[in-house]
Amino acid sequence: MINNAWLIPGLPLIAFIIITFFTKRLRNISSYLSIGIMMGSFLLACGVLKEVIIRPGRYEFSLPWFETGSFQIEVGMLIDPLCAVMLVVVTLVSLMIQIYSRGYLETEKDVDFSRYYSFISLFTFSMLGLVVANNFVTIFVGWELVGLCSYLLIGYWHHKPSAAAAAKKAFIITRLADAGFLIGILCIAFYAGTFNFLAIERLIQEGQLTAGILSTVAILIFLGAMGKSAQFPFHTWLPDAMEGPSPVSALIHAATMVAAGVYLVARTYTIFDAGLDSLIVVGYVGGFTALFAASIGLCQNDIKRVLAYSTLSQLGYMMLALGVGGFTAGMFHLTTHAFFKALLFLAAGSVIHAMHSNDIWDAGGLGKKMPATATVFIIGSLAISGVPPFAGFWSKEEILVAAYASGHLPLFIMGEIGAFLTAFYMFRLCFVTFGGQLRKKDAHPHESPLVMIFPMGILAFLSIVAGLIDSPWMGHWFGKFVFFESQHLREAHGGHQIVAILSLSVAFLGILGAWLVYGRKVISLEFIKPMVIYKTVFNKSYFDEIYQAVIIKPFLGLTKFALGFDLKVVDGLVNGVASITAGCGAVIRHLQTGLVQTYMIMAMSGLIILLFIWMF
Amino acid sequence: MGLTNYLILGAVFFCIGIYGVLVRRNAVMILISIELMLNAANLNFVAFTKYVDPVKLTGHIFTIFVITIEAAEVVVGLAIILAGYRCLKSIKVEDINLMKW
Repeated sequence: MINNAWLIPGLPLIAFIIITFFTKRLRNISSYLSIGIMMGSFLLACGVLKEVIIRPGRYEFSLPWFETGSFQIEVGMLIDPLCAVMLVVVTLVSLMIQIYSRGYLETEKDVDFSRYYSFISLFTFSMLGLVVANNFVTIFVGWELVGLCSYLLIGYWHHKPSAAAAAKKAFIITRLADAGFLIGILCIAFYAGTFNFLAIERLIQEGQLTAGILSTVAILIFLGAMGKSAQFPFHTWLPDAMEGPSPVSALIHAATMVAAGVYLVARTYTIFDAGLDSLIVVGYVGGFTALFAASIGLCQNDIKRVLAYSTLSQLGYMMLALGVGGFTAGMFHLTTHAFFKALLFLAAGSVIHAMHSNDIWDAGGLGKKMPATATVFIIGSLAISGVPPFAGFWSKEEILVAAYASGHLPLFIMGEIGAFLTAFYMFRLCFVTFGGQLRKKDAHPHESPLVMIFPMGILAFLSIVAGLIDSPWMGHWFGKFVFFESQHLREAHGGHQIVAILSLSVAFLGILGAWLVYGRKVISLEFIKPMVIYKTVFNKSYFDEIYQAVIIKPFLGLTKFALGFDLKVVDGLVNGVASITAGCGAVIRHLQTGLVQTYMIMAMSGLIILLFIWMF
Repeated sequence: MGLTNYLILGAVFFCIGIYGVLVRRNAVMILISIELMLNAANLNFVAFTKYVDPVKLTGHIFTIFVITIEAAEVVVGLAIILAGYRCLKSIKVEDINLMKW
């Protein structure tokens, strides 16, 4: 089965090709083909996972692609526990979302519907290709392709100018970060002489690469991860990316693409580990993002924006985990987060589909009108807030334990505050959207069709049970399956009880707070609305405006200058040469009078001059 | 000797002839100027016969040849001018500008 693992990315690629070139106008065939193939990929991924569980180890297959000088670039797969888990997660979530999309996008025209499925297939191919990659070149190819698919899917409704602008923004910001990533790849390839992950690992273990180089490379690679996973300061594209359809937000910007950054750091963890302080940087960037994004999410009124900031925050948690040496914790949180965040986005899509509006203050009382959606949304919220026995509790616990035991107290405190804010804003969403009375008078919300409820149900089930695979009752199975060993980095354990008590209390406090303010409306937080701090946080700390003024305006000024230079100087030079030629021509033209006498005058004068020269 | 005087006279005639060719607008006048140039050359030949070799009369014979050819050339030139006049209704050389830009 592992030998055929190349089919896992290969099948969606075939689906993409068939849908793009053959079944453009046949919406049903396109969608069923895509869903069917994704089912196939999912089953294959389960098979691969099963084999890797039975016979743990790292399996590598590669084919040479091309050679240049002493460099050989290959295309290959590296199947190990980390990769196998990701394969299952990606295929499963993608499958659920493709099924859901049939219901969500039912009003689209045939060509657009097929276009959607072809892009999703292409995206899944790229993501899976990224996951199985065994060398930097292949992973970079997958990396850029997912960026492209993100652009295509965010701008799916391309006639909406806001969607087109958001797609452009996402692509440009991630591309900018990828420049750093590329430089990192080139550096490591230069010093290590190879692009292959395992070969580089071996070189590091033999001590052939100095820590200085490795830490530089690690930071550069982390730059790429920062862009893709929308860490501060590359975070501004993710909230805008909510212009895409909800299933797209669920798939790309919650479960998979943004997790690619975390996956990259995990894949190249040896480099980070051997670099001097690279992991601390990762940890603090993650921790800061977690807190920062949670604070903004607190005040947003658009249901998808809140979830977007929540995603930013949770990604920060994953980076925090990786930064403090919690390799297992970070990857575990990635897995559980994929499930409950996709679920939350799909449920939000269900609400938007019913209400035709993203604003939570338009909704209200949906708990009675849409019981299934409300149930799964609450399950997702409980999971993300870290309430046991839901999935999020186990993974968040592990992260906070790792942070506490590693001794980085500021990161631990950031994590705990973030957990409080997470619980608060998620339940704010719950109470405002599903509790109380319907606020928008002319809306007719109704429950979503089964094709949308079914995937949400599956994801809800996973949000409940997925955490148990790393629980004490299963002997911390996940931790034994996906882990990282090195001389100076061991997963820190210890302080379980105190962390558990603390995190349970903050989660409870968060839910209680949200209930008091938005559920029972006992406390009113209106007093903070005029305050400067509220205004700042509500406006995303003005980061978009800062970037606009500091980066975009000067850049546009530079482009204006370049345009002027190109038009006046370069074109001017070329046009000038042409006009000089034409001018000379206009003057010399007058020599040709057509009169023989004129020509004879010229001949005579020449003769006389020659005579003079000859005589003197 | 008197030879130099005749040669100078010939040169003067020649220059007047060249001046006429270069400046005149009337085609017939240009032909006359060409005649003048040829006749100046004839003058030179005759002067040379008289002062250098009076026995063999080489220059005189040459002159006869030149006059004959002159006559033929004038005939052809006048024929062209006549034909041109029929088309252009003018004998000014500046009016022959159909091929000009």
